[in-house]
Amino acid sequence: MKIAVCIKRTPDSESRFKVAASAAGIDETGLKFDLDDFASYAVEAALQINEKGGGGETVVYAVGPDSVQESLRKAMSMGADRAVQLKADPVADGIAVARALAAELKSGGYDLVLFGKHSFDNSAGVVGTATAELLGLPCVTAASELNVSAGKGTARRELEGAAELVEFPLPAVVTIDEGVARPRYPSLKGIMAAKKKPLESKPAQLGAVRVTIARMELPPERPAGRILGEGTAAIPELVRLLQNEAKVL
Amino acid sequence: MANVLVVAETRNGELRKVAFEAVTAGRKLADASGGGEVHALLAGPAGIGGKAEQLARYGADVVIVVESADFAQFARESLAATAADRARAGRYRAVVLGFSSQGRDLGPRIAARLDAPIAADVTELAVTGDTITAKHPGYANKVIVTLTLSGAPVVLSVRPSAFTAAETPKAGRVEQGQATPASGPTVRVTEVKEGAKGRPDLGEASIIVSGGRGLKARENFKLIEELADAFGNAAVGATRAVTDDGWRPHADQIGQTGRQVSPQLYVAVGISGAIQHLAGMRTSKTIVAINKDKEAPIFKVADYGIVGDVLEVVPALTAAVKEARKGH
Repeated sequence: MKIAVCIKRTPDSESRFKVAASAAGIDETGLKFDLDDFASYAVEAALQINEKGGGGETVVYAVGPDSVQESLRKAMSMGADRAVQLKADPVADGIAVARALAAELKSGGYDLVLFGKHSFDNSAGVVGTATAELLGLPCVTAASELNVSAGKGTARRELEGAAELVEFPLPAVVTIDEGVARPRYPSLKGIMAAKKKPLESKPAQLGAVRVTIARMELPPERPAGRILGEGTAAIPELVRLLQNEAKVL
Repeated sequence: MANVLVVAETRNGELRKVAFEAVTAGRKLADASGGGEVHALLAGPAGIGGKAEQLARYGADVVIVVESADFAQFARESLAATAADRARAGRYRAVVLGFSSQGRDLGPRIAARLDAPIAADVTELAVTGDTITAKHPGYANKVIVTLTLSGAPVVLSVRPSAFTAAETPKAGRVEQGQATPASGPTVRVTEVKEGAKGRPDLGEASIIVSGGRGLKARENFKLIEELADAFGNAAVGATRAVTDDGWRPHADQIGQTGRQVSPQLYVAVGISGAIQHLAGMRTSKTIVAINKDKEAPIFKVADYGIVGDVLEVVPALTAAVKEARKGH
């Protein structure tokens, strides 16, 4: 099966973040960046589908500056066959990113296009679904289970207090939630092989960019925590505060 | 003056709480744009029109009712096409919907169809002349990002519970609308598995009681259930360690890779407060923590903490809450 996986490079989610002096972004000093978690599930899902089916091709795409090449190499070290960078400065407009990807994927002849359900940095989940719309393909968002075979697929999506089982024809776009596949660690052999795999770079056709980051700030600190006491003896005071101060009882 | 279109979310023939919150957000936006109207798109199976009055009560000037047998399920392509067609015809300033599992799917579809800029997971909105600014939490709630969106319409999906639904009764003039069928291949729903009944969803609950590994054993989770029952209509959450161990379903997980919640009250029981968990609940209004380790990081964010054995403290708290709520 010919599968495209669109990935993003994001900072380690456990980092402590600071806002850059310009206030238009985070301070990247000392941050460790890597293939985004959900994108890595998507890469793994693609690799497993093609390993099971035998043959096929897995191509990874990223829109962004040259730093994304590192994450494209990572995906190739996991097993993807080749990579394409659509070169652009970081862009906050998900529709513009979708436009660039759709323009590139349109003539690719893919059976399946995978994305992470969202990226850690903005959790918006816009690009995958918007790309599907621009390509005119059916799209399952946030699939927590995925099966594809001969021209069709089935998936499961978690809803609030329920789950939805769906089926869809191929070609299709699916955005991947946790649970579909646990990403493998690249082997040393994989890392060596990835260095020789083709990585093409070309300008992204973003079109008009109409969403920009005006500023970033850290959320207000919660007031310092207050320990009321130890054991059951503290309960009357807790109940009193829940009634009179927090007013939730 | 500019009008706003709200896509009101329904499931199983009922309006979802986030639909009213989206109307409230739309109302704010319309008022800030010089007093425009809020039009709510109410799409669902036959009979959904009966819910129009509820949307009017929360501030919809016009309710556009679209009844179609297709909308008995989440017919995503047709819903997006219907909303986009209406948005085009009505020349709206903005299209507002909830950032729920449904809205996360529909928002980008509508934006792509309209070739409109979109901001997702919005917690605050402002209008300045021709631009709309939207705040949303990024980097797992650790950074607040302010976005500027230019052009019209824009699509905005609002974080559940970020806008408190407020009653501002309007005429709610009802119009009948037409469903736009999907034009290409579609995703078809084969089954909807309903979760356990009787508790509100984590995203909608005003009180959440959540348990971690400090409960020591799966069977002790019933203490969490009992405390949630004592509070009345509370939801039950869990840490990732607990869901990974299979004590609770994955859907109950609160944290960076699970649900992000902002209830009025969050009670963390036997939860140490790993950064991944804090990312999912630190925006809660009031946080209570019960943990045996007084150095646990959860106490740094807890408004009220009790240091102690959860197996002793929780049953006593359950009894005290029941007593305090007598008569409710």
